[in-house]
Amino acid sequence: MTGFLDAIIQGILLGGLYALFATGLSLMFGVMRLVNLAHGDLIVLAAFAIFVVAERLGLDPFVAVLLAAPILFAIGFALQHVLLNRALGRDLLPPLLVTFGLSIIIQNGLLQMFSADSRRLRSGAIETASISLGGDIAVGVVPLLTLASAIAVIVLLNIIFYRTAIGRAFRATSDDLDVAQLMGIDVNRTFAIAMGIAFVVIAIAALYLGLRANFDPTIGPARLLYAFEAVIIGGLGSFWGTLAGGIVLGLAQTIGARIDPEWQILSGHLAFLVVLAIRPRGLFPRAVD
Amino acid sequence: MLLEVAGLRKSFGSIVVADDLDLTIAASEAVGIIGPNGAGKTTLFNLIAGGLSPSAGHIRFDGSDLAGLPPQGRCRAGIGRTYQIPQPFENLTVFENLLVGAVHGRRKTETEAVQACGEILDQLGLLKCANALAGSLTLLERKRLEMARALATAPKLVLLDEIAGGLTDGECAELVATIGDIRKTGVAILWIEHVVHALFAVIDRLVVLNFGRKIAEGAPKEVMQRPDVHQIYIGIEA
Repeated sequence: MTGFLDAIIQGILLGGLYALFATGLSLMFGVMRLVNLAHGDLIVLAAFAIFVVAERLGLDPFVAVLLAAPILFAIGFALQHVLLNRALGRDLLPPLLVTFGLSIIIQNGLLQMFSADSRRLRSGAIETASISLGGDIAVGVVPLLTLASAIAVIVLLNIIFYRTAIGRAFRATSDDLDVAQLMGIDVNRTFAIAMGIAFVVIAIAALYLGLRANFDPTIGPARLLYAFEAVIIGGLGSFWGTLAGGIVLGLAQTIGARIDPEWQILSGHLAFLVVLAIRPRGLFPRAVD
Repeated sequence: MLLEVAGLRKSFGSIVVADDLDLTIAASEAVGIIGPNGAGKTTLFNLIAGGLSPSAGHIRFDGSDLAGLPPQGRCRAGIGRTYQIPQPFENLTVFENLLVGAVHGRRKTETEAVQACGEILDQLGLLKCANALAGSLTLLERKRLEMARALATAPKLVLLDEIAGGLTDGECAELVATIGDIRKTGVAILWIEHVVHALFAVIDRLVVLNFGRKIAEGAPKEVMQRPDVHQIYIGIEA
């Protein structure tokens, strides 16, 4: 029984990480209808960026991410403005091809620069610190921070989306691109800001990815898959849905692993399949289209 | 002149939808456009608002050439438009729909925008549904929102595209009264309409389009009595 309860708690915490992976993806899809196949690789790229900043300047990764975030915002803004806005349009194929190409470029670029060695982010005692919940159950401080950060990110994004002028522009643009322009919205700039924000979320996801486990240049596509599954399980257009999707995925994986360690990944995918079969639009769909 | 359209031409392949069009509108003037379906009326709006670029000719607005200016730039220059089929941002509230135009189209601060949009909602009788999602509105409310949203960008010229269509006589009369009020605030109006009596209650001048060409222009009543215009409009209310 304790083992099962433990699996549930660890699953929810793991879900926080998947939710962080997925939130950036959810944001990009929600605002610009962009299916970003390079999302996992961007998370890995950000992890390396934090790694370099932390190593070179001798900083803690938590501080490094604060320094890396504005740089990543700028990179995201530029990437959208210079490259992705040109690919977006009525045809869905160009952005898929461009982000797929980006994925390959990032993986190989990272391999070239950092080799295939796996790295991790070092943050001292906090990495292994845990809090005992009584019984035989303890939760790690890092996983707990991961979930707390995921919730904080989603609260902040909801404030941006529902309480600010730029958030209104995000929602208006996502609703009707042509009319948004007619109402004076500069769509290219709006998309670029959305991508900048998505990159900051990516930076936060990368921090916890690197603290939780080793990473190397090739692990991006698997993160993309988890992120996709979380977004779809949660339902398009809702950040809270994305969090729920991450948690469902995390739960399925840890419970599966509890039954048989070989089942961890498989049971996550099975949960995804079941949700797709029962509720094809996800658990909490918001967008009407 | 507020708007000067000169030698405007637009063709899609061999189909000419605007053929050497000239049109001018003075500040605060109200001009109506009629013409059969396919006469190029909505295309003309798209050319003015920037959704389409002309094949030839030029459009000047408020003293500057609009060539190359994207739709958001034209909005900020002072051109507002409504669609024949209302296209509100359905997942935003009515109030938010207006705020988008006021903040991004008119570069107002949030506080100024809230104030201005509240007044516009009041003027158009939409205050009661200010916090409803735009997707939940009735047709009349959607048409009013369409106009309110255009006004939120504080335009010098509004392009109204068949805004009276599909309404009952009572609703239509209300809408005409509202458009009359808007006119009095000094906004110029260019109005495409099939419901001719609604149009005539507001406009100073009438333009008749057919196959992308301007075939008549002048005082509304006189234009309607011309035989060629009459012929096009046989069977259509006049």
